[in-house]
Amino acid sequence: MANYDILIVGAGHNGLVAAAYLAKAGQRVLVLEKQPGVGGAAVSEELSPGYHFSTCADGTGYLAPEIQKDLGLAGRGLSILPADPVVFAPLPDGNHLTFWRDTARTAGEIERLSKRDAERYPAFVELMGRVATVVGGIARITPPDLPDVGLGDLRAMLPLAGPLRGLGRKHVSDLLRILPMPVADLLDEYFESDALKGAIAASAVRDITWGPQEAGTAYTFLYNWALAGTGLFRSAGVVKGGMGALTKSLAAAASALGAEIRTDAAVERILVEAGRAAGVLLAGGERIEAPLLVSNADPRSTFLELLDPTLQSARTVQHVRNIKYRGSAARIHLALSELPEFTSLAANEAPSRLCGAIQIAPSLTYLQRAYDCVKYGEFSPRPYLDLSIPTLLDPGLAPDGHHILSITAKYAPYSLRDGDWETRREAFVKTVLDTLAEYAPKIRDLVVHQHVFTPIDLEERFSLPEANPHHGEMTLDQFLHMRPIPGHARYRAPLPGLYLCGAGAHPGGNVTGLPGRNAAREILADKR
Amino acid sequence: MPLPTPFHSRTAACCTSQSWQEWSGYLAANSYQMEHIQEYIAVRTGSALFDVSPLYKYHLRGRDAARLLDRVVTRDVSKCRTGQVIYTAWCDDDGKIIDDGTLARVGEDFFRLTAAIPTLDWLQQNALAMQVEIEDVSPDYGALALQGPTSRALLQSLVEGDISDLGYFRIVDEKIAGVPLRISRTGFTGDLGYELFVEAEHAETLWDALLEHGLDYQMRPAGLQALDMARIEAGLVQLDADFTSTRQTIFDAQRNTPYELGLGWTVKLGKDFFVGQEALRAEKARGPALQTVGIVIDLAGVESAYSKFGMPLHLPYTSWNEATPIYSDGDRRNQVGKATSGTWSPILKQYVAMTRLKPQNAALGSRVYIEQSIEGKRFAVPAQVVAMPFFDPPRKRGDANTPNTPGNSGGSA
Amino acid sequence: MQNYDAIVVGGGHNGLTCAAYLAKAGRKTLVLERRHQVGGAAVTEEIHPDFRYTMCSYVVSLLRPEVIQELELAKHGLHLIPYETSFCPMENGDSFASYPDAASSREELLRHSKHDAEAMPRFSNMMYDMAFAVKPILGAVPPDPAYPGLRGLRTLKDLGKHIQGLGTDRFHQLSKIMTMSVSDFLDEWFESPIIKALMGLNGIIGTKLGPKSPGTAYVLLHHYMGELDGAFTAWGWQRGGTGGVSDAIASAARSHGAEIRVNSPVAQVLVENGKAVGVVMENGDEIRAKTVVSGADPRVTFRKLVEEKELPDDFVAAIDRFKFRGSSGKVNLSLDTLPEFPSMRDPGLIRGMTEICPSMDYLERAYDDANYGGFSKRPYMDIVIPSTIDPTMAPPGKHVMSIFVQYAGYDMPEYGDHNQQREAFGNAVVDTLSEFAPNLKDIILHRQVLTPWDLEQEIGLSEGNIFLGELTLDQLFFFRPAPGWADYRTPIRNYYQCGSGTHPGGGITAGPGRLAALEILRAGK
Repeated sequence: MANYDILIVGAGHNGLVAAAYLAKAGQRVLVLEKQPGVGGAAVSEELSPGYHFSTCADGTGYLAPEIQKDLGLAGRGLSILPADPVVFAPLPDGNHLTFWRDTARTAGEIERLSKRDAERYPAFVELMGRVATVVGGIARITPPDLPDVGLGDLRAMLPLAGPLRGLGRKHVSDLLRILPMPVADLLDEYFESDALKGAIAASAVRDITWGPQEAGTAYTFLYNWALAGTGLFRSAGVVKGGMGALTKSLAAAASALGAEIRTDAAVERILVEAGRAAGVLLAGGERIEAPLLVSNADPRSTFLELLDPTLQSARTVQHVRNIKYRGSAARIHLALSELPEFTSLAANEAPSRLCGAIQIAPSLTYLQRAYDCVKYGEFSPRPYLDLSIPTLLDPGLAPDGHHILSITAKYAPYSLRDGDWETRREAFVKTVLDTLAEYAPKIRDLVVHQHVFTPIDLEERFSLPEANPHHGEMTLDQFLHMRPIPGHARYRAPLPGLYLCGAGAHPGGNVTGLPGRNAAREILADKR
Repeated sequence: MPLPTPFHSRTAACCTSQSWQEWSGYLAANSYQMEHIQEYIAVRTGSALFDVSPLYKYHLRGRDAARLLDRVVTRDVSKCRTGQVIYTAWCDDDGKIIDDGTLARVGEDFFRLTAAIPTLDWLQQNALAMQVEIEDVSPDYGALALQGPTSRALLQSLVEGDISDLGYFRIVDEKIAGVPLRISRTGFTGDLGYELFVEAEHAETLWDALLEHGLDYQMRPAGLQALDMARIEAGLVQLDADFTSTRQTIFDAQRNTPYELGLGWTVKLGKDFFVGQEALRAEKARGPALQTVGIVIDLAGVESAYSKFGMPLHLPYTSWNEATPIYSDGDRRNQVGKATSGTWSPILKQYVAMTRLKPQNAALGSRVYIEQSIEGKRFAVPAQVVAMPFFDPPRKRGDANTPNTPGNSGGSA
Repeated sequence: MQNYDAIVVGGGHNGLTCAAYLAKAGRKTLVLERRHQVGGAAVTEEIHPDFRYTMCSYVVSLLRPEVIQELELAKHGLHLIPYETSFCPMENGDSFASYPDAASSREELLRHSKHDAEAMPRFSNMMYDMAFAVKPILGAVPPDPAYPGLRGLRTLKDLGKHIQGLGTDRFHQLSKIMTMSVSDFLDEWFESPIIKALMGLNGIIGTKLGPKSPGTAYVLLHHYMGELDGAFTAWGWQRGGTGGVSDAIASAARSHGAEIRVNSPVAQVLVENGKAVGVVMENGDEIRAKTVVSGADPRVTFRKLVEEKELPDDFVAAIDRFKFRGSSGKVNLSLDTLPEFPSMRDPGLIRGMTEICPSMDYLERAYDDANYGGFSKRPYMDIVIPSTIDPTMAPPGKHVMSIFVQYAGYDMPEYGDHNQQREAFGNAVVDTLSEFAPNLKDIILHRQVLTPWDLEQEIGLSEGNIFLGELTLDQLFFFRPAPGWADYRTPIRNYYQCGSGTHPGGGITAGPGRLAALEILRAGK
């Protein structure tokens, strides 16, 4: 039997990033994945013959550039096809908003809605960019052990020094003030057009359950901005071959660096000996031992399922139980016979405008009203739809001339108060298509195949409790030193020898690879 | 409004003093007569009947009942056999005590836990995914403590079966006057005694049967004042008198560990995981910061303090539970701990107190000084550290043949 | 022309407090109040003959104990009668009540949830603990986070030390309470919807946020501060109405030599060479002083009383973005007899507070209604009938009812003009309350309705916000009312601010007035 230094439970993108960094540092690493393939939630699947969808995660471009470089992903099949525009947002009155990477060009578009807003837009982009750089710095540090901040913590915060200098001392107050704000209030300070504010705010709530008026959404807004790599509030573009190609390149890098990856290997229990993590027990009964364990699973599964919950401290159990998951999005994938027409867009303009994200979120009020339903366990009768048509950049994902359209549909609460997702599935899909048809009237005629993943489906298929894509909501009370649970935000679990490297750990979700990279850094520091 | 216990119609009739206090939301008699001393004397010479219904009582049933309890309490539940009762503490993750109580193994998968504070939430929180049903039966059962040298004979005269050989910390199901009850040979007086748990609807029948025959055995109902004196003599710590539950405190200074409370013997570090194990293991290794020991207060010293006012020796009439400073010196410069409860012990003819002291001052035989205030002036009265219990008669754990004398095997000064 | 050491613009309770402290330190102080009486929002008025309404604020609990002691307010007429109970009727005809004694409260809790009965004492302890944890923050003068200076660094260091001393468990709890929604926060402690609703309502009072909005757990703590750390440990009623609190502070101020003029509206603060030198009255009179202090809210203080050119641009921008968003209204009723609540199990509860908040969802839906520009069709109400404990409020046998209502918008054009809005809002309140007290409509003798707009018109509260600015994370401490200017100073020399729009914020605390006075005195003014 082979000897391993480190076992990693789960071959999601963070598990693979951690594996690659650890292997690179000379560790003998084994990654165990229960699915037949790697990737976790970042996979591509041929849901209908000839049509390849990024079934769950699709936020291309968030993967930290230093990880791409350190692991040489470009040489291992990763090809990110950037999109410009970043966002196309059709409006109900036939108007539309397009956000280009070029600020002046975008300001020109905004001018159709509000001259004043167009004037303010460049200053907004400039300051948010600077604030976001600091947030990007925060995402790259190991959270300090608040409130006991030692000298070591201060040293660990050095990466923040540069971004803070860039922000400028005068704006330190802005940073502190903005982070806990609602994104709606932040936008109110700059803009008057509700449509503009809706278009900018949408991505801040795309993967969380709150509406734009809730405090803390300015943080998710800036978090996306910091990692998007577009110089704007969200990423744009596709991975050639789909999200699965990204995780495959990570797996290839990890393997090339010496890590071993076993699929179809479901970990049933983490073994504990003499108060330390000692190995794992696989579903088939096989035991694999190693002195260090890293869990890419979410904290609830890690602490209450992979570990024997009865052997955890009462405090840990209580903290884990208090983690809010509460996913509220469904994924709907359509195979289309041709490119859909949007009423607000001339046909010849369509390919150049639709290749980024397409947002059906025509105003702040619309978003907030869509959210209101979640509070009472209902799905939105007028949902926010986040669409992508990756075939515009990567035609190989569908047969010739055909397209695929993937929809993240909000809000679809994990727990419905009346009925369940089995009985309400069709009603929700109808709501989504009706809404989409308001902007693209002929959409139903183009659908060749349709694949629906309700929150229940996403939970089961991708091991995402309550369908939360971030392994725990990214809210202020689950941020930094509170993530995933208070007292254990530094990637080290309460059980000696066990580490966390998933999105449940700091800095959180999106396909950034940062939790995996940060965790690997801490593991290597402990081994020294 | 405080609630009546299942015995209230009977206790109210006996309680000529009308001296009641609230205990866990119920009315409990301080003393039945104006004078509580006779009730205390009954504990040590005849029998005293205490209504202890306000105790919280929980039934835990199911395959994982023992597993849950072993996660929660400090004793090793797997070693508790069916029909046995154990006294145990339970703690939070930091090893700070939450509560203490008795745990009876009624059946292989059936336990009864008594507690001084509500504990349902804590049990449920720790039950996790276990197969165990936790039921708060506090209001469903009345409880009486029958305590004193004649308690065995009195009980034997009433039960349908035989309890004469019921061992110390053992339970048995019995019937009195046709009423089913569960009897455990336990108590809070340090004397021979039993606790009787009866369904609330039968409470009055049981009380009446005991009262009817009680006089023949020098039994009388007794209240909390007598109970407190007896339990101090027995060296038994009490929640809200000698310590505070960590679940009911706010500040760290109010929290204590079992080791500090003299309950280290209940902490079984060798068993599998339990809540607080890690912290307690560390504490054991470094030694507790405080120790609970008894002191006997020098009567001559008390007398000398009073004489400064031209007054004769004066001793407290009832037990007390106010935290009182203990010093290592007669000039009250160096405080080394505090007394938490004290009483004049009529049976020992000693003025005793329970204290928590720094370890270096807690050795048996050490001399310490307890603060006493007379007419607003403070004195330091000498006292000597002794082992607890202060009073520990062989009959407490002995069988029917143990001589029924007021003898004492406990730590004397 | 007279000369004063200090002029305080606005005779609200904080202005009066500030004046009292300044006068006590020997400063020749003048308070100028626009209305016919002092007190600002804390006033009692006889709108309906023989019935005295406590117009806006109606309970007292947050008043800082040090102010009571230092200004000897008991001597000056502070006389508080505690409200002992809370009563909360439910939609199913049952009700929930809380009592001052542990045994009764526990019994009532047990009726609804055994789990919650057990959790309640621990929750109270935890909140006490949290109040203790934030107390030094409330008492500190907020520094400028970007340019703290030596003194600011010292403040930050002291607070940092205090926070480290809390230990990890408390700090984590504090992190949660500062950021969570009151609904999520209470979900971690309680299971019964009615208990959660009654506990949670303090998280939304004065705030245009629903109980499911993050940030509301802090508002809960803000209210708990009074109950746990204040002088009274319970919500109290000032004999004669809340105006009595202001009168007591005014009396204290006068006793130290302060002069108080009512019916004296200030038009503008006189600024010469970047320095405040006095005020111009609406009648054109000029009064000069070495220092001018504004007790008004930040918008009035900086956007009405002084000209924009006197202020730096980024400061003006900060004041303009300061959120008010008044969300509460007030309905005062004269009643022919007592209302009858069929679900009230103990008739004595009528003397306490009555809360119309049958569930979190009810509160949240009330918020949703108002969030898009209207008022709550079925609003949250906090009701007291002061005439049941204070005979000075109404003729014998008759009663006055004070109903604090949330949520109401500042402007609700879908209901017509402001008069129509007021009527529609008043009707919604009476209709909803009648569901719980069916005889209500038959016993109303007179009704006064105040929307947020009315509060602005009557009292001068911008957008009718009773806290003079929302208590959200981005408007607390460093940022109240603007970063760099949270230390009661302003960009205009010798011009100070002392209202609830400054740290530590709203409610009848007198905290801002006191801290501002101490800053002014410290600066040697």
